Formats: sequence, structure tokens, C-alpha cells
Amino acid sequence: MLKVDHQHPVEFSSALISKCDEIVKRYPEGKHKSALLPILHEVQAELGWLSTDAMDKIAAYLDILSIEVYEVASFYSMYFLRPQGKYVLEVCRTGPCCLVGAEKLMGHIEQSLGVKEGEVTADGLFSWRGVECLAACGYAPVLQIGPEYTFYENLNEQKVDELIQDLRKK
Amino acid sequence: MARKLLLEHINVPGINTLDVYREKGGYRAVEKALKTLSPDEVVEEVKKSGLRGRGGAGFPTGMKWSFLAKPEGVARYLVCNADESEPGTFKDRYLMTYIPHALIEGMIVSSFALGANTSYIYVRGEMMPQIRILEKAIAEARNAGFLGKNILGSGYDLELYVQPGGGAYICGEETALLESLEGKRGNPRIKPPFPAIAGLYGCPTVVNNVESIAAVVPIINDGGDEYAKIGIGRSTGTKLISASGNLIRPGVYEIELGLPVEEFIYSDEYCGGIANGKRLKATVAGGSSVPILPANLTLKLANGDPRLMSYESLSEGGFATGTMLGSGGFIAFDEDQCIVRNTWNFSRFYHHESCGQCSPCREGTGWMEKVLHRLEYGHGKMSDIDLLVDVSKKIEGNTICPLGDAAAWPVASAIRHFRDEFEWHVKEPVKSLDTNYGLANYAEPIAKAEVTTGD
Repeated sequence: MLKVDHQHPVEFSSALISKCDEIVKRYPEGKHKSALLPILHEVQAELGWLSTDAMDKIAAYLDILSIEVYEVASFYSMYFLRPQGKYVLEVCRTGPCCLVGAEKLMGHIEQSLGVKEGEVTADGLFSWRGVECLAACGYAPVLQIGPEYTFYENLNEQKVDELIQDLRKK
Repeated sequence: MARKLLLEHINVPGINTLDVYREKGGYRAVEKALKTLSPDEVVEEVKKSGLRGRGGAGFPTGMKWSFLAKPEGVARYLVCNADESEPGTFKDRYLMTYIPHALIEGMIVSSFALGANTSYIYVRGEMMPQIRILEKAIAEARNAGFLGKNILGSGYDLELYVQPGGGAYICGEETALLESLEGKRGNPRIKPPFPAIAGLYGCPTVVNNVESIAAVVPIINDGGDEYAKIGIGRSTGTKLISASGNLIRPGVYEIELGLPVEEFIYSDEYCGGIANGKRLKATVAGGSSVPILPANLTLKLANGDPRLMSYESLSEGGFATGTMLGSGGFIAFDEDQCIVRNTWNFSRFYHHESCGQCSPCREGTGWMEKVLHRLEYGHGKMSDIDLLVDVSKKIEGNTICPLGDAAAWPVASAIRHFRDEFEWHVKEPVKSLDTNYGLANYAEPIAKAEVTTGD
């Protein structure tokens, strides 16, 4: 559920704004609302999540109502409406991945990070969640990490442990 | 060896770059179409090829193209559906990752055929690496003069853009995809009007799957008649099959339609059999939405003839004993898998992905998930089984888009073929928590089959 608050004022960098300017050019005159999904991705990549203030700024940029941004951001699963860990481990939890151990893997991640699904570790580094089919069923189990959505395939507990250690050292 | 039209050069180092792709004959179809064919002639070749939509519905692509309205002075659009999200399906990701120019080339030829001067490839947002790959390939194609103004001196202009989705299975439905591309929630539209009349921005639009568009390249290179010679009956050409689950070699395979299912599962050219020495219990042949079949009905039709990988053979027997080719997402379940748990998992998926517009789907998918959850976790009642059938029937056919059907079919088919396993969960609530029903008696115990490959 979207909670409207103005506790997290944000500024868009000039680099971000020029990226948005580029995106808007892809659509015919007057159809700039089409830029909304790509811009939400860009803003989330820069800020980590989409605060109400960030969404209001996007609405102002595209000259649309704030509600038009809220309803889209809350519809699609990739947009975070609350702060996340620096690295969000998104594990596929759908059928084919579960045939080869995705559920066990999620249990393992919960244990090694010490936080439940959707919670952030105390150091702010990690959060994790199960997501629906990532279209990589032949390389299951899989997980992805935004904002680049780097993909990790054919996972097991040991590979996940190594991944978490590598990210901690970064 | 079977003929490969899409993946022939997939293992050539650097085939993801324009230079190597061209060395291997890439962009010949663009040259041929723009320099020697009229748009209508391209449409005619695609019609002759018998190509059917590779996204799941199997509607003839050439016919879909011929429905496109062409009012004077109104823009037309081609939108590629790369929102690959059907559980079990990962062929489009594979194609875009390793041979992106096949899609770009297909987009140019198809846009030319439809008279579109701006085209979009709508890629699911999670495939950010593939989006970067496509953007790079588009830049290469533009530098080589295959995109932009007056392509190859033909007078034809085309701009091609990649659009990321936001993570929503429903956007694979073509009108939801168009809504999403317009910057809105992915709520499917009521049809008619169909996109061919009023699609993107209210303009005539064709939406095609990645694999369908890539298949236009060999169709133009070799001619629609040549393409139609491959395959069997009305299932012409080759198809990418995504194989997953308990297989020795899961992955993406290009098959000639008409390949026996048994050969696909067990031969070393394809999946190599069931992993860990187990036996096959069931399959979902065309992505999670199509009916699940027990092993015996997967390999053979009800009359005992071998079942083939084709639109017709997989649907032979209707839903009583058949299934569908769908998107070609082939999931294999070994004897240790629990059908109740998997059905619950799929129901959760559809509940999560329902857009919420139509009450039967919004509420029904949630009820099915809940009932299946209690069956799986030992709190089920015998009446729950018929309750599930009842709910699934009330969703099916009563929604704006096919997601409702897609949610209903896996549940109805699991109960149709595996009712004894559901009943066992009710009778043995404690035992079913940590043991599985196993192969039981609905599947012939099938050891590694004797398979002859090639001819």
C-alpha cells in the first residue's frame, strides 16, 4: 500500500534529468507519458527507492498528476515504495525454480542475512524477497540484483554465501 | 541433425556483434525486402510461410498483419512483445542475449511490411542486461545505415526504441502491454477494437512476440514456401523450446515442429532424459498456463500413437487428454515432485499477477491459492477439491483477458489427472507434509526410453 508522506525530500541530479530528457524523445509529440516507466527505473537506480517526493517530482517533470505516477509505481512489482538494502537479492520463487530447490535457497538466505523477506539488515547493505518467474527456468535456481539486474544462475547455498561475502567486501 | 533457422550461428564467437552477424549472412533479409520487395509482398511471404505466433496463442502472423488498418495520414506501429514472463519460458531472453541482431533485423523487415516508421521493443524490466544488449545492437545497426532515414536508399525511414516494463506478467497480454507502453497500469483493454484498428496511441498497431519477428528473417531469405516445408501440417517451421525442471540438460532448443515428445525429452540431442536417474511423472508442455499432463499422456495420445511437439498433436484430445504448445515452455516433473504443491505455487503466481480489473480473476485466483495452500499444508477437506474445480470454472471465460483462463487451466487439469494425489493430501494431512505421493498409478513407470535419433 502506498503511504503518502513527505519525509524524504529529494533532488534530481542534472545527469538524471538529461537522461530523462533523452527518454522523452522516444515518443511522438504529446505522448511523453510513455516515458513514465523508464523514468521510474532511472530515478530508482539513482535514489534506491521511490519516495512520494521523488514521484511528485517525476509528475511535475512529465506534467502529469501525481496520482498518475503513484498508480503506476504501485502496480508494477519492480518499483520500491519504501527504502531497501543497498543490495536487494530477488530470488525467483515460481514453479520451475522450486522444482530444483528455490524454496530451500530462500530459507538459507533468510538465515544467513538474519532478516525476514522485505526487511533490511542493520548495516543497511541487504534486503531480499521472493519474486515471480524471472524467465530463466533452465538455469534455475536464479536471483537478480538491481539496479543493473545482474543475474546469478544455477545457484546453490555455497554460491549464495560467496555472493553475499563478495558484496560485503565491495 | 534438425534444421536450425534461428540458432544456426548461436555458437559463433561474436555473433552478438553486427560485423560477425553480417559475415554469417545477417541483414540480407533487410536488403532483399527493402530493395526488391514491396511491403505487401513481404506480408505475402509471411502468410505463405504459415508462421504462427510464437508467444503462446499460435495465431497466424501473416493473417494478423493483414488485419492492420491503413487509414491515410495515420501512423502505424509495430510493437515487439519481449515481456517474456510465462513460467517455464525463457527462449526470448536467450535469443536477445546471444543473437540480438536477429530481432533487430526482423523488426526492420516487419516494420517495413507494415508501414511503421516508429517501432518499439517492449522488454520486461527485469531484463535490464538484455535491454542494454539491444540498445547497443540498435546503435550498431543505425551506424551501418539499417535504421534511421532513407534506409539503404530505399526511401523508407524507421526509428526503433527499447521500452522497459515494470515487472508485471499481465503486460505480456498485448493490450495491457500497449497500456503500459503508454505509461499506465497494465490493465488489458476490452476488445474490440483490436490493436490492428486502435492500438498504441489509438493508432493501428501490430504486437508480435520476439521469436515470431526473428522468424521473419529466414522466411524472407529463403521464401515463405521453403519455410512452410519444415514442420508438420499447420505447424510449420522451427520453434524454440525452453526446457526446464528435472531434466539432465535443461535449456533452449530449436526443434522442427513435429518432433516426437519422447525424443525431445530422452534423446541426447535435446534434454537427455530425466535428471538423477528418476522417472518422469508429469509435464507442462507450453508454459505454466497450459494443462499439466501425466507422463503417459505426455508421450502418447489417448489412442497410443506417439505425441508430437506441434500445435495440433499437443492439443489432440482437447483438455480431456491433451494440452497446448503455448509458448513452448516445457517443464518436466520427476517422480518426487508434489503436484498439489506445484499447483499451489502456480496459483499464487496468477493471484500475484492478476491485474484486478475483473472480479472472477481478482477474487477467484486468491481463493484458489488459499484452498490449495490449506490442501498442501494439511488442513484441506475432501470438498475442497470440487470447490477448486467450481472456482476455476467460474473464472474461465468470464474475464476481459486470457489471464483468467491461464489461472484456471492448471488447477482444473491437475485435479483432472491427479485427483488421487489431492485426496491423499486430505486423508494423510501429516504424512503429506514431508513425504510425496510419488509416481502412483496414473503414469506408466517409464524408464529411460529407447530412442532412435536422426534418420
